[in-house]
Amino acid sequence: MHRTKVKVVEEALDANNTIAQANRSDFDRAGVKVINFMSAPGAGKTTLLERVVADLPGVRVGVLEGDVQGSMDADRLASLHVPVIQLNTDPSFGGECHLDANMVRSAVPSLPLDDIDLLVIENVGNLVCPAEFKVGEDTRVMVTSVTEGEDKPLKYPLMFRACELVLVNKIDLLPHLEYDVERLLYNIDQVHPDVETILVSARTGEGIETWREWLLRLAAREGAVAAG
Amino acid sequence: MHELSLSSAVINTAVKHAEGRRVELVSLRIGRLRQVVPETLEFYFGFVARDTVCEGARLEYEIIDARLRCNPCAKEWDIEIPAFRCPTCGGSDVEIASGNEFEVESIEVEEAECIAPR
Repeated sequence: MHRTKVKVVEEALDANNTIAQANRSDFDRAGVKVINFMSAPGAGKTTLLERVVADLPGVRVGVLEGDVQGSMDADRLASLHVPVIQLNTDPSFGGECHLDANMVRSAVPSLPLDDIDLLVIENVGNLVCPAEFKVGEDTRVMVTSVTEGEDKPLKYPLMFRACELVLVNKIDLLPHLEYDVERLLYNIDQVHPDVETILVSARTGEGIETWREWLLRLAAREGAVAAG
Repeated sequence: MHELSLSSAVINTAVKHAEGRRVELVSLRIGRLRQVVPETLEFYFGFVARDTVCEGARLEYEIIDARLRCNPCAKEWDIEIPAFRCPTCGGSDVEIASGNEFEVESIEVEEAECIAPR
């Protein structure tokens, strides 16, 4: 018996990325643009989707809803008459705190890819893990809210750097908070220089038109876009 | 947090390259920019390795510092906090030279027979 050293030099998440690429190929073939939509729990992802998904002229939207348990978010979106598929990480996937490419692949057969132009994958509420796992998306968008603290970008740089767009939600609450929006935007810029940000309130509708226009531009983009 | 899935990914990679041989050691390179807690990874590694050729294997890792490079002015610098604008020119055309790795660098396996030529 003797030992041999085997050189590997392989990214540990290579297998996930390979499956993500397979998902991406399926989405590209069907001409569907895909957003991986992420945030901490309770930042307002579902509400921000409720505000726009049924109101994108010329763009048919579908949603893949990721949660550990339950179908509450899917039910909310289904009532807007957009196709919604619920993906629970518990029990089939051990109650994972994030979606990965394999989980999304399991849902692909159920997605009406021929009937939609834009798929929003609403990830599990979590600022850490989802940023590590590509699922086959064209782009990543995250939500932070003004009740979360201006130093969030410094604590979760990977998430803020992974995304092409950061929505800053709940700005209607600013009069009631000692919150410095400029400091948040400065911190976001330090962590992800020049990233696009939109200040929004899903409750009052402020900024929602800009969010809607961003989605329309995404749907109109030619070809595949690097997820980064 | 997700070190359970990460250790599964590490073990799957090691098992693939072991090609049926017993694994004694798995060596990782972990960049500071990746969200990996090495101690937690080690903790889960032992569990996930059970009933695989990695059972009983040691896990070792090298932590790689986060080093950034500004493309326009070619400045390189190490970061302790996540500040990605160039400290010299203030530009945003900055790339990560190192610190983004999460890779299985090598494994050590037990060869059952001497492989010297006959």
